[in-house]
Formats: sequence, structure tokens, C-alpha cells
Amino acid sequence: MTDLLHMFMQPFQYPFMVRGLLAAVMVGVICAVIGTFVVLRGLAFFGDALAHSILPGLAVGYLVAGGARGVLFWWALGTAVAAAFGIGAVSRRARLKEDTAIGIIFAGMFALGIALISSARSYAVDLAHFLFGDVLGVGNGDLLLTAVFGGAVLFLTALFYKEFIVISFDMTLAQTLRLPSRALHYLLLVMIAVTIVISLQTVGVALMLAMLVTPPATAYLLVRRVPAMMAVAAIIGAFSGAAGLYLSYYFGVSSGAAIVLVCTGIFLVVLLVAPRNRLAGFFGRGNRSAG
Amino acid sequence: MKRGWRISAAEKHDENVPLLWMDRVSVRYGDTAALEDVSFSVEKGEQVAVVGPNGAGKSTLFKIIAGVLDPSEGVVKIGGSGPRGHVCVAYLPQRNDVDWTFPVTVEDVVAMGRVRRIGWFHRAAARDRRIVADCLATVGLSDLATRQIGMLSGGQQQRMFIARALAQEAELMLMDEPLSGLDLPSQEEIFGVLEKLKTRGVTIMIAMHDLSLAERNFRRVFLLNRRLVGDGAPREVFVPERLMEAYGGHLRMVRDESGALVVSDTCCGGGITP
Repeated sequence: MTDLLHMFMQPFQYPFMVRGLLAAVMVGVICAVIGTFVVLRGLAFFGDALAHSILPGLAVGYLVAGGARGVLFWWALGTAVAAAFGIGAVSRRARLKEDTAIGIIFAGMFALGIALISSARSYAVDLAHFLFGDVLGVGNGDLLLTAVFGGAVLFLTALFYKEFIVISFDMTLAQTLRLPSRALHYLLLVMIAVTIVISLQTVGVALMLAMLVTPPATAYLLVRRVPAMMAVAAIIGAFSGAAGLYLSYYFGVSSGAAIVLVCTGIFLVVLLVAPRNRLAGFFGRGNRSAG
Repeated sequence: MKRGWRISAAEKHDENVPLLWMDRVSVRYGDTAALEDVSFSVEKGEQVAVVGPNGAGKSTLFKIIAGVLDPSEGVVKIGGSGPRGHVCVAYLPQRNDVDWTFPVTVEDVVAMGRVRRIGWFHRAAARDRRIVADCLATVGLSDLATRQIGMLSGGQQQRMFIARALAQEAELMLMDEPLSGLDLPSQEEIFGVLEKLKTRGVTIMIAMHDLSLAERNFRRVFLLNRRLVGDGAPREVFVPERLMEAYGGHLRMVRDESGALVVSDTCCGGGITP
């Protein structure tokens, strides 16, 4: 018993582990809540593209600031918000299907990021942390930013919950109720962008999508109402954050990868035991057939 | 009761003009016209069936009335003012346009109709929950209130959307093909609900395919094929030359000895265009 307790407590003699755990749990919860809308609205590709689009912003910020990390958050935030609006504007202006518009911006921005990184090869090691996460490098300032911006995202979710549900379920209803549906849509996109930015250091650009999508998708298999889905997803996200960190500590694997693998493992287990009718719903998503 | 920022945007209705008035409305997408030169007026409490072949512009017409789409030309007035100021118009979606896997219950969906009445930054109050329960009772879905929406039959799904429109306190309901794909008992249940709405003075426009069903259940029908080919009592509208104009050669129509309309719609009965 004391051995087990020792195993759980031992990592926390290091302050960086305490900070890492706090960051991983916060990110797990925030990603799960906002990710519920990502899953319900079919915005997974948008979220992935947004995460990748941040790379050039990070690269420029890094080059301009000469390696200082404090300013990177703001560069990432600016880039993410600009990309969120950019994707929306391109898909409307160019009369392209949205996923095509996303693809264009996504690949272009990611290429720009890689080009910038390759032009300053000496910084490449540190920037690689942003691709795959570096939760153990989280400082007190980072924790504060995560708490403030994450808290704001959760607060806005609660504040506009019923309106977000309406635009997610039935855009035409939102329009006949004369809700400012476009403004609400963009607000949600910006909230996704902020969530991605505060999660960057924990799971990195490349693995971001898993934190947004996997816990809500797992929760979807277990419950049948949105608030319950958010709650279950938040628990899964928080647990994955903590468990992933332990795995990372004891087995020496990358923390971001460990967290995502725990999420994925939980999903696969639930997939095997979930009630059959929920599975049918899950795989029928996007098919929009009444059956 | 004090509520934050209620529906101050909602326009008052002028009782001296028709509830719905449309004048020479056209809608064009590029070179193709979805609606051409459509004019009519509908009084409060009327129930109108809108029939026409696929692609006749029924959904477009409804979206114009709902203020979701703007006409390329012409004027739409609801209670004397433009549709975008009103929250009293409900659009009931076609079943195929709804994500039935969405994790909401029947009462959740009905409560969505109250979102604007509840107002920003507020949660549903006891009064809103009571209204939702009443609306569910009106359409006979009280027992299924906590079901996930994907578990409903087709007829129950339609009645759920009627309940949502009631919760919205809609005075004009636009129903887009609510009967297609339903069996006869389910259709009868919908007509039963429509009968109840008549006593409440709710105005209804209902898009449908089945002409004999329209003739049996409605006193006024629109025959639409981009233009409004006919507007009036079914007997006056469903005559060979007008049906020919709306449907071309796809429709066979006879009146049996009692005078009832017998139609076989070779084009659109099943929603399939050969």
C-alpha cells in the first residue's frame, strides 16, 4: 500500500512534475469541453488545420524574440485567431467547399512554418517541442495563462451554452430565432483556437486533434445528452492527462504521446463495451439519415 | 418577471393586414430561377398545402418566408413588416436534413424553441419548462420526453418539431414535407395535431407531394412550379390544364364517379424523378 502511494507521490518531489500535472489536467478538461462542439459540429478537420496553422506564427515569434519563450503564447494566439477567421473568409468568398478551403490554408501555413524553421536550423530542437509537446517545460507563467484563458473558454461555454447548442443542431432554427448565428459561429471558432493555443505546450501541434476529439467521442458512446457528454469527456481528458504523465515519468516516453495514447486506449475499450445502438449512432454520424 | 435582453427585436404585427403577404417575389441562383414572380397573401389562421414537383421551389419559398434567404426581387411582409424582424415564424426541417444522432432528448429539442424567449445569459425558468411540457402534451409526446431523438419514429419526429414550433410561440409554421415517408396512421396523427392548431389560430403552410391528400385535408392549396400556377380551393386548382402546367406529362389524374380526385404521380410520389 505504501509502495503504491510512494509510486503515485514520488514524481511530485519535482516541481516541474507538479506543474506538468496541473497543465495536463487543465488542458484535458478544457479540450474535452470545447471538443464536444468540435465532434458535434464535425469540425475535427478544422481543429487539426488550425493547430497546424499556428506553426508559422510560432516560428516567426521565435525568430523575432530571439529564443525567448514568454512571447510565443501571444504569437500563437494571434496566428490561431487569424487562421480561424481566414478559413471562414476563404470558404465564403471563394465559393469553395469548406474542407477544400481549410486544406489550402492548412497546408500553406504548415509549409510556411516548416520553411521558417528550416531557415534557422539551430532553433529546430526547441520548436520540435511545439510539434509534439513539452509538458515538463511548463513554467508558472504558462500555468497562469492556461488557467486564465482556459477559464475564459469554459465561462463563455457556460454563458452561451444554449445558443451554441442551437447553432450546432439546427442552423435554420438559429436563423428563425434571429440569433446572431454567424457571430456565434465565429465566437466558437475563436474559442477552439484559444483552446488549441493553451494546449500547445502539453500535447503539441501534431497531436492536438486527439485531445479535442477523442474524449468527447468516447463520452458520446456512453451518454445521450450534451451536458453529460461534456462531463464524461472532461473526466476522461483529465484522467488521460494525469495517467499519461505517470506513464511518461516511469517509462520515459514522450509526455504528449503518452497522454494521447491513454485517450485512445480508453476510446478503444469503450468502443468494445458500449451499447450497440450508440455505436450505430457513432458510425452513422455525418450520414444524416433518419433511418 | 425580469429577464435580460428579451425579444426586443421582434416586430409587432399590424392586425389590419394579412399575416403573410408576398408581392412578385423571384429568387435566382446565377442564371436559374428557383422562384419566379410569386404573389399571394395568407390570413391569420389559414392552413395552406403547397404542392408541386421536386425542384418546384417549395423549400426556397419557405426559406424566403422564414427570412433565412433574401429574394432577388419582390417584397415579403409578415404582419406588415419584413421577415427578419420576426421570431414568430417556425421552419420545420425535412427529416433528412436533421442529424438524428445528435445527443439530445425530445424535450431538449422542444426547449430549443424557447432559446430566444429565455433570453441571453439565462437558463430555462419553471415557466419555460412548463411550456415545453404543455407543447409535448399537445402533440402527444409526453411519454417520450426523455428519449434520444434518434429513437423516434418518423411521425414522432415530425410531431416533436411541431412541439418545438409551439414552444417558439410561432404564429406561422412552415412544414417542409412532413408527411413524406410516413405510414398512414402517422399521417393521420399529424393531421390530428394540425386540427388542434387550427383552434389556436396558428397559420400553417405545408409542403407536400400527395395531391389527393392535399385535396382531402386543406381548403386552400398552392400549386407551385417556380411560378405559382394555382392558388385556391383544391377543386379549382387541381384541374388538368394547371396540373399539366405544373407537372408536365408526369401526372395522371382522374375524378371517380363521386368526384373525388384520384391521382397517380409518376414523377414525384416517392421523391424520385425518373
